[in-house]
Amino acid sequence: MIQFSDSKLKEVEKIIARYPQGKQKSAVIPVLHLAQQEFGGWLDVPVMDYVASLLSITPIEVYEVATFYSMFNLKPVGRYMFEVCQTGPCMISGADNIIDYIGKKLGIKPGETTSDGMFTLKTVECLGACGYAPMMQMGKHYKEHLTPQRVDEIVDECRRNAASNN
Amino acid sequence: MADEKQLFKVTIDNITVEVEPGTTILMAARQIGGDVTPPAMCFYSKLQGSGGKCRTCLVEVSKGSEKDPRPMPKLVASCRTTVMDGMEVKNITSDKVMDARAGVVEFLLLNHPLDCPICDQAGECHLQDLSYEHGKEGTRYEFSRRTFEKEDFGPYIQLHMTRCILCYRCTYVAAQLTDSRVHGVLDRGDHAEISTYISKAITNDFSGNMIDVCPVGALTDKTFRFKNRVWFTKPVQAHRDCDKCCGKVTLWNRGDEVLRVTARKDEWGEVESYDGKPGWICNTCRFDKKKLSDWVIEGPTNVNRHSVISTNHYVNGKVPQETIAEVMGGRQPKLLMDIHDVSDVNDPSVDLSVIPGPATGATFNNKKQQ
Amino acid sequence: MGRKLLLEKAHVENIRHFDVYRREGGYRSVEKALKTMNPDAVTEEVKKSGLRGRGGAGFPAGMKWSFLAKPEGVPRYLVVNADESEPGTFKDRYLMEFLPHILIEGMIVASYALGSNRSYIYIRGEYWWIVDILEQAIEEARNNGFLGKNILGSGFDCDIFVHRGAGAYICGEETALIESLEGKRGNPRIKPPFPAIKGVWDCPTVVNNVETISAVVPIINEGGEEYAKIGVGKSTGTKLISACGNINKPGVYEIDMTISVEEFIYSDEYCGGVANGKRLKACIPGGSSVPILPANLLLKTAKGETRMMNYESLSDGGFATGTMMGSGGFIVLDEDQCVVKHTYTLARFYRHESCGQCSPCREGTGWMEKLLLRLDRGQGKMSDIDLLWDIQRKIEGNTICPLGDAAAWPVAAAIRHFRDEFEWHVLNPEECTRRNYGLAHYADPLEVTVA
Repeated sequence: MIQFSDSKLKEVEKIIARYPQGKQKSAVIPVLHLAQQEFGGWLDVPVMDYVASLLSITPIEVYEVATFYSMFNLKPVGRYMFEVCQTGPCMISGADNIIDYIGKKLGIKPGETTSDGMFTLKTVECLGACGYAPMMQMGKHYKEHLTPQRVDEIVDECRRNAASNN
Repeated sequence: MADEKQLFKVTIDNITVEVEPGTTILMAARQIGGDVTPPAMCFYSKLQGSGGKCRTCLVEVSKGSEKDPRPMPKLVASCRTTVMDGMEVKNITSDKVMDARAGVVEFLLLNHPLDCPICDQAGECHLQDLSYEHGKEGTRYEFSRRTFEKEDFGPYIQLHMTRCILCYRCTYVAAQLTDSRVHGVLDRGDHAEISTYISKAITNDFSGNMIDVCPVGALTDKTFRFKNRVWFTKPVQAHRDCDKCCGKVTLWNRGDEVLRVTARKDEWGEVESYDGKPGWICNTCRFDKKKLSDWVIEGPTNVNRHSVISTNHYVNGKVPQETIAEVMGGRQPKLLMDIHDVSDVNDPSVDLSVIPGPATGATFNNKKQQ
Repeated sequence: MGRKLLLEKAHVENIRHFDVYRREGGYRSVEKALKTMNPDAVTEEVKKSGLRGRGGAGFPAGMKWSFLAKPEGVPRYLVVNADESEPGTFKDRYLMEFLPHILIEGMIVASYALGSNRSYIYIRGEYWWIVDILEQAIEEARNNGFLGKNILGSGFDCDIFVHRGAGAYICGEETALIESLEGKRGNPRIKPPFPAIKGVWDCPTVVNNVETISAVVPIINEGGEEYAKIGVGKSTGTKLISACGNINKPGVYEIDMTISVEEFIYSDEYCGGVANGKRLKACIPGGSSVPILPANLLLKTAKGETRMMNYESLSDGGFATGTMMGSGGFIVLDEDQCVVKHTYTLARFYRHESCGQCSPCREGTGWMEKLLLRLDRGQGKMSDIDLLWDIQRKIEGNTICPLGDAAAWPVAAAIRHFRDEFEWHVLNPEECTRRNYGLAHYADPLEVTVA
C-alpha cells in the first residue's frame, strides 16, 4: 500500500498551501519529487496514482508531467545515481573521459545500473555548473571538478556509506 | 443602427473580406475559401485551445492594421492570430510562406512512414493532401524513422503512434467531450507520444470522435480497419433518433453493407455544425449501428471533386471557390487552349451522373443540336 | 576595476544570513520603497535605470512591468525565473547560493511595485540544495518583518514561495515556466495573450530573471538615473558574466559593460587568459544559443573596432559578423577544440530539451543532431553542410517559442564561420577521428569567411 507517513502528509499540505485555493494541481511537481524520494527513487504507476488522488487530479495529468521532466525516473534506479553532464562546456573540459572512466570502473554503460543495484550512470544535459566542469549531480548535490581520482573517492565514499547504513 | 457590430476589414492575398472582431486570420480566410485558405493540421475550430502547433498555417502579415501598419516581423500561425482592422495578409502570394510551409511538410513527413498504400487513412488523410499540395518529391532524411508499437484504446479505437503528428486534437476531444481524459501526450521532444501510459481502454461514449478529428492514420476505427479502401465505399448521409447525440452521420457503404459510420464533415474536414453546435456523434451510432435498417438515408454525400473518393455522383456538387483572378489582381490565368473550343466531348454542361446509361458521342451531339 | 553592485558583498563571511546581510546595508531598498515611494514610482525608477532583462532577451524590465494589466479584484503575480539552464550560464546559481537575500530583497520591492502578494521563485530542479538556502533566507526575512502581513507598517502583504522544477530547459521560456508552475507539462503557450495580461492561473503575471530582480536593489538604493550612468548607451548597469571553457579562471564576474572582450578574457581580474598557454580559437559570449564567433571577429568587429562586453557592441554586425549578449554565459574554446563536435553537443542539447509541441523544432532539432554526429565522426557528406543550413533556416522564426531559434543559431553560426572545418571533416574522414582541425586561420587578422 502506497501511503506517505503523517509527517510527509503534513509536508504535502504545506506544499499545496503555497498555491492559491483550488490550484493544488500546481503542487504536482514538488509532490512527485517527494514521492520519488520516499518510494524507492523512482515513480511506479501506483505511486503516481497516489499523487493524483492526493491532489484530486486525474492520473493521466500526473503521467503527462512525470514523463515530461527529466528528473523523474520511471524505471528503478540504483541507490546512487551519477548524472554526468555532457553538454558543450563540460565536453570541452573533458566530460567524455569522465563518463568513460565511470563506465569502466563500474562496468556499466550510460543508462545502466550495476547488478548490485548500487550505482546508476546517466548522461544528462547542462546542469548549470559549466565553470566547474566536468561535473555530475549525485542526489541533492553537485560533484564538481571531476577527475578519475575524485571519481574513485566518490565511489568509495558511497560504498562506505551504504555499508554503514545497512 | 447604433448597436450594429463594427466589422474588421482584412485583406488576404489581395481579397478583402469583412469579419467580426476576434476572428482569426484562418477563419477569415475560410470565409473567402479556395486556395487562399491556409491548410491546418492541428487547428480544429470546434475544439477549444487547439492550433498553433503544426505550423502549416503560417502566413505573412504585411500590414498589421490600419492604425499600426507595421508588418509583423515573423510569420504567424494564422489559426491563432486574430485579425485587426485593415490588416493585410499574404498566404499563397508570399514566397516566404510557401518556403516555410514546404519546410513544415518536410518536418512532418520526416518520421512519418511513407507507406500510404497500406495505411487505412489513405484517401482521406490530411497529411497526404498537404504533402501533395505543398511537399516536395523525395526525402532528404537518411536516418531510420521513429517507430512505436501499436496500442489499443479499447475494443474500438487503435492507436498507431508511428503515424501521429502530435496535433493534440484527440486530447482536446477527450478533455472537452468526455467526462474524463485517460490519454494524453507523454514524454517530450521527438519521442513525445500519445498514450494512456498504462494501456487503458478509452470507454467514454464520445471517445470515437477522436478518430474523426485525427488528421492522419494514427487513430483508426477498429470496426473498419482494413475492411476496405475508402474510395471503394459510397458515402451517404443518414440519420437516426439518438438520445445521446445529434444522430446525423455519414455512412460509408458497400452495396447494402454499412462498413463504417462517421460524423459528417465540412469542406475543411471538420464535423458539421447543427444550430451552432458541432455534430459530434456517440459511440453507439458510430460502432453499433451497422445495418442500413438502423438509419434513415438522406442521400449521397457531396464529396469534393478533388477527392480520391470520387466514385460518387456530383449532383449539387459544390464547386470550390475559384480565386486565381482575384489573387492575381484581376489578371486571368492565360489559357493556352480551351479543350471545349475544339471538342464537344465532356461538355461541362452535361451532368454525367444524371444521364441514363453510359455517355456516348450522341450525348454531346444531341446537346449541341438543342 | 569596474563597479560592483550585486557581488560587492559576495565575499563577506556569512553574507548568506540575514543578520550579516542586514548589517552590510541589506534591505535598505525595501525600507526606501515601502516607506517613501508609491508602487508606480518604483516602476518609474526601474524604467529610468534602463535595466534590461538579464535572462537573455534583454527586454527593458521597466517596460515589462508597466505592461502588467491591473484589473480590479484580480490578483497579480511576480514569478522569478531561476530555471537557469542555458549551457554556459551559471550566474543566477552563484547569486542565489551566496547572496540569497539580494534576490529576496529585490523580490519584495518588485512585488510591491507590481502589487503581487504571492510571489514565486521557479528554480530548476537540479539546483536542489539551493532551495534550502532560499527557503531559509525567506524564513529569516519573514522573522524580521520583511515578509508577511503589513510589511514595515506599509499595509503591503507579501509572501515568497520557492517552486522547484524537475529538469526541463524549456521551462526557462516564460510561458512554459507558467505552465510548469501550474503543474503541467512545460509546453510554451501561444502568444498573445502575453503573461502581462494572462499569466499564471490566468492572472496578470510578470516573469523576470533572478539577476534582473536582484538589480532592482541597487536601482532603488541609488536611483534609476545613477544606475543608468553606469555602462554605455542602452547597456546600463552591471552584468554578471559566467565564464567557462578553456580559461584559467572560470567563474562568475560582474562587469560594468565598459570593458573590452579582450580584456575580459586576458585580464587577471577576470578570466585570466586561455588555459595551458593555448591560443584562443572561438567563443560563445552569451550562452549556447547565441552565435559562436572565431577569435578574429570576437576581439574586433568587422569594422575593425574593439569589441566591448555590452549588448550593442557584441551584436555589432548582426548575425553575419556579430553575436549577442544573451544570458552572459561566456564559453571559451581553445585551439584544441573541435567546433563540429561542440556544435553537435549543443544540437543534442536542444533536441533533448525540445518540448515537442511544434513540428519544426520537434523534428528539426533531431535531424540536425543526427547530421552533426555523422559529420563529427567523418561519415558526413558535403551536401550535409548545406542541408544543415537549410534545416536551421526552416526552423528559425517558425516555431512557437524561441527554443527553435536557439537551436538554429548555433548551427548557423558554426557553418557561417567555420565552414572549412566542416568540410575538412568530410574530406578527411579518417584523420578527423584522430585529431582536430586546430586553430587554422580563425585567429588571423584576415578577412573572415562569411557564408
